[in-house]
Parts: sequence; structure tokens; C-alpha cells
Amino acid sequence: MRRRSVAVASDAPVADAARGFELLEVGHSYGNRVVLSDVTLHLTEHRIGVVGGNGSGKSTLARLLNGLVLPSAGRVLVDGLDTRSDGRAVRRRVGFVFQDPDAQIVHPTVAEDVAYGLVNQGVPATERAARVGEVLERYGLAGHADHPAHLLSGGQKQLLAIAGVLVMRPARIVFDEPTTLLDLINTRRIRQVIEALDQQAVVVTHHLDLLDDFDRVLVIDGGRVVADGPPSSSLATYRRLMDDR
Amino acid sequence: MRSRELVHIALFAAITAVLGVVPAVNVGPVPITAQTLGVMLAGSVVGARRGFLSQLLFLVLVAVGLPLLPGGRGGLSVFTGPTAGYLLSWPVAALVIGLITERVWRRYNLGWGVFANVLGGMVVIYAVGIPVSAAVLGASLWTTSVAALIFLPGDLVKAVLAAAVAVQVRRSYPVIEPRDRAVAPR
Amino acid sequence: MTLALYVPRATVVHRAPAGLKLLSLSLTGVLVFAVPTLPVAAGALAAVLAVGLFVAELPPELFGRQARTLLWWLVALLALHLLTTDPETGAVAVLRLLALVLAAAVVTATTRVTEMVAVVEWLCAPLRLVGVRPARVGLVIAMALRFLPVLAERADAIREAQAARGGPVRGLRATVTMVVPLLVSVLRMADTVGEALDARGADDVPAQPSWRRRTGGRLS
Repeated sequence: MRRRSVAVASDAPVADAARGFELLEVGHSYGNRVVLSDVTLHLTEHRIGVVGGNGSGKSTLARLLNGLVLPSAGRVLVDGLDTRSDGRAVRRRVGFVFQDPDAQIVHPTVAEDVAYGLVNQGVPATERAARVGEVLERYGLAGHADHPAHLLSGGQKQLLAIAGVLVMRPARIVFDEPTTLLDLINTRRIRQVIEALDQQAVVVTHHLDLLDDFDRVLVIDGGRVVADGPPSSSLATYRRLMDDR
Repeated sequence: MRSRELVHIALFAAITAVLGVVPAVNVGPVPITAQTLGVMLAGSVVGARRGFLSQLLFLVLVAVGLPLLPGGRGGLSVFTGPTAGYLLSWPVAALVIGLITERVWRRYNLGWGVFANVLGGMVVIYAVGIPVSAAVLGASLWTTSVAALIFLPGDLVKAVLAAAVAVQVRRSYPVIEPRDRAVAPR
Repeated sequence: MTLALYVPRATVVHRAPAGLKLLSLSLTGVLVFAVPTLPVAAGALAAVLAVGLFVAELPPELFGRQARTLLWWLVALLALHLLTTDPETGAVAVLRLLALVLAAAVVTATTRVTEMVAVVEWLCAPLRLVGVRPARVGLVIAMALRFLPVLAERADAIREAQAARGGPVRGLRATVTMVVPLLVSVLRMADTVGEALDARGADDVPAQPSWRRRTGGRLS
């Protein structure tokens, strides 16, 4: 059994909201397999895309950003908080949306699932209900509040997963291939949702057109950042890279 | 307990439940359901602790009123009926299977799997199920034991099947870890 | 919750606290076994039927269905006692078995699953002393309910894929060839669910995710 102390605001380390994500000489390997090496990045832009082939290390990069994965070398800081020593505070600041909505929905009905993260944060029941209602409304799920989650469509499930993250009001959100399992219509819907976010978003994706209006796009290949710049130049590099294979 | 372990517990409770709706196969005159396959798989795939808790969770789900047993049975009445002992033994059965599996993990194969399943999934279940049955029915142990023999062929088939599944799952996606690695700091 | 044995009615039995109903059920169990006489067994059965049919307004079919699943046990039990003991002992055994099973069915039919889960969490509260968090008990119950349809869907998908390739679709062989890929797929999903729980604040301590070992890091 783990430590059972619950985080309270007073013992939370102080975050400097302007600093964004800082990766300092970060490397990561699983056993002998190196998936990321010597990555130094400072991510402060509002919309950041990450592209790369299968196995390039981009999912690991995404998981490093909220402490789901700790680096084997170097440090990852979020608003000045180290993912290694302040993991819980980091995860409160950074929401994470996964590829498979079925893997993110852990309660049988829609409203219960959205409330889950708030229960973990110890948000009182009345405030919880209000915040859940507000988020469901925003994503067109208000009519489904008491419905079983499995009756939702794939796109609605992904919206539910996003709602469950947004209701926690994270300062930044990381998306790991949020549209890979969705059709074109739902992909467009998720794109609109991401565009409308007030928070900083880091989006790992294979859907390149999702990134057209982004501020910055990273191309990961062989565990290294091989291109870093505006979407036009980064995506051109990426297409060339894939064509040469 | 780590989150993933909680997920495994919930998952294997759900697997036992889902196997309850796999259509029964008749071995002679006796319908054999796939549900104790779930008990055996829980022990041999996720080990003693999670296996035990998952089957305990399954019983809780049945007890709170979900119709998860074959034929849509469920609720508290199955715990006051003659087969209550068989049900109640499931967590212990998964525990015993898990303990054996963890012990022989490095050389786990079909033979060990069948051994674990027969000991945990049959001996343990009969050892609890038969006396409870006898008590609830007010019948003698001998009579209920003879009656229980009709489950024997089907249970043997399941013990082999569950072992075959566990061997393949161990090869492609092992969850239980060898003892020396399990104690290494993570 | 669509999947349940609950029968909605507005009666005093339905409104009674779940804990009280469970307590009455266990007291009934203690009574009929502690006092194995015909009046007690018959009286218990009559009381259960009266409460179930007239106070809780449950449909008679519910009791018929429960009795039918027990029919062979009851017949065998009676025959056994006629052969080995006496008719009265046999009648007591049959009546108290019926009374208990039907009493339990009444509790289940008049109590919502969520209320029962609340009782389970309440019963788990003392386990706090040995490190069990009752909220986590609620979480695993919720997750199991959530996984039921997910598993059924994945099982169907795998069955279809195998049928499309001419594999077996019925019988035990089909079960095995279905169960192996199903297990591998849901175990993989479980790793992500564990991460998703952590990302939403389930776990206090950052942990190395376990998928690294088995995927060899082939995630991207």
C-alpha cells in the first residue's frame, strides 16, 4: 500500500505558471532500448504539435510531460516543478488525454465518470455536481449524464474522456493521438474542442491537418527532435522523412 | 496498491462475469459453464493477491444484485442456496492457483497449469462446496460428494483449457513477475 | 443501471435502509438453522412470501422463477430425507431452504445496486485499519461494471474476426481461441487504464509504467 496522505494546497510546491514545460537533457530507455536521447526543449507556446513515426518515441515524450513516465536521464520541469519530486503537483497541472477512450472511462455512467477526478481532488459534492454539469453541457453530453458510457458513440466517448480531464481544470493538457480511433467527423469535432481550449495544449498525432494552425510542431525520429518550428516547415520535413523510408 | 493492480482486479471480476454468458456446453447430461474458467484464469494470469481480490469482487457484484451467474441468477439468494459454498470458494481457489503459479512462474507450462487448476480450481472448490451443500441440504457428506461427481469431467476439461490459455498469455503478455524481479525497486 | 435484479416499486420495503434488510436476512438465516422445527420453517416461508408479495408488491413470477431454479435440489432433498431420515426433517429442510432463498431474493429485488454498494463501502470502513481505502472499493466495483460491456464488445469483435478467417465459432475450442487474444487485448488496455487513473489523480506516487517491460517501449 502506498502513502496515504492526501495532497493539500498548503504542502503543494509553488508553481511558476509562466515557465511551461522544460526538458533538460532528457533521455529515456527501457532496459537496453533507448527511446529518447538528449532532448532539451522549452515548450511555452499555446499550441504545440508532436509528430513522428511508430516507435519514434513521441508517446514516451508525451508521458514525460506529466510524470506518467520519469526520465532515465535529465529532468522534466512543469512550471518549475520537477516531475520526479513533485509528481502529484505536476499531474494536477497537466491533464492527459489518451488514444483509446475505452481505456479512460472508468465508471459505468457518464456523470459519475466525469466526477471521478474531482472526487480524487476532494472537491465537495455540490461544487462537483455544478462543475460536472457545466462540462457535460459544453461538450453536448448533458442529455447523457445518467446514461451508461458504453452506449455512447466513439466520438462521444472521446469527448467524455476529455470532459473528465477538463473538469479538473488543468493548466496544460497533453493529448496522445486523441483522434486515431475516430472518423473524420469526430476528428473535426475534437479539433474544434482543442482549438477552443484556453489552456496550453501539446498534441501528439498522426493527423497532420490537425496541426495546421499550431504555433509550433516538433518532429521526433529515432528518439531525437529532428525538426522544430512552425507547422509548414516541420510538416514538410516530416513528409520528406517518411517518403525517404 | 498501484492503479494498474486495481484495474486488474476489476478486469478479472468482469471476465468471470462475462464468461457466465458463454453458452453452456453439455458434457453428458450436465451443462458445463465457462465461469470457473474465469476463476482459474484470474489465479494463473494475475497471481494470488489480485486473483483472490478479483473473485471476491465478483461475488460482491453478485451479492449486490447483479444477475451475473449463468441463467441470469444473482442477488443474495445464491448465497443462501445449496451451491453457496462452491461460489464462496472461488476467491480461495484463485488464491491457491495464484500461489502455485507464482512459485513455478519461471518453468510454468501446461503441466504446472493443470496441476494448479486441479488443486485450486477443483480440490479447493469441492472441499468448500460439498460440506456447505451438505449443511444447507441437511444431507450427508457422502451423498453430496457422490452428487458432485457429475461436475468432475467438465471441471477437468476446464482445468486443461485454462492452463492452455494461461500458458499462451504468459508467453505473449506476462503479468506475474519472477520473484527476483518483483522485489527489485521500481 | 439497466442490468440488475431490482424491481422498482414505491413500498415501505423498498424504502427501508439496505443495511436493515441485510440484517433481517441474516437473522432469518440464523433463526431457521438454529431452530429446525416445522412451525419455524413454515412460518419463515409464509412470512417471506407475505412480505414479498403483499408488502413489497413483487410479482409472483419472481418467486416462481427462484423456486424453479431450486426445483431439482428440493426434489432430491426430499427424496433423500424420505429414504434416510423422516418426512418431517425433510419438510423442514425443504421449507427453510426455500424461505432463505426467497428472502434473499426479496432483499435483492427491493434494493438498488447503488445502495448495496454503499453498504459494501460502509462494511469496508473498518478495513481502513489494515490499509484498505473504502473509496477504492467503490472504484473497483465501478470499473468492473464499466468493463462488462467493453469485454463483451471486444469478445464479439474477436469472435467475428476469427469466424471471418474460418475459425471455430462454438464450443470450448472456440472459447480458448477467443479468450487468449481477448485477455492479451484487455491486459494491454489495463495498462492504459492504470495510467489514466494516475493521470486523474488516483495514485499519489509517480510510478514507472509497466508497459515499458512488455512492449519494450514500442510505444510512440
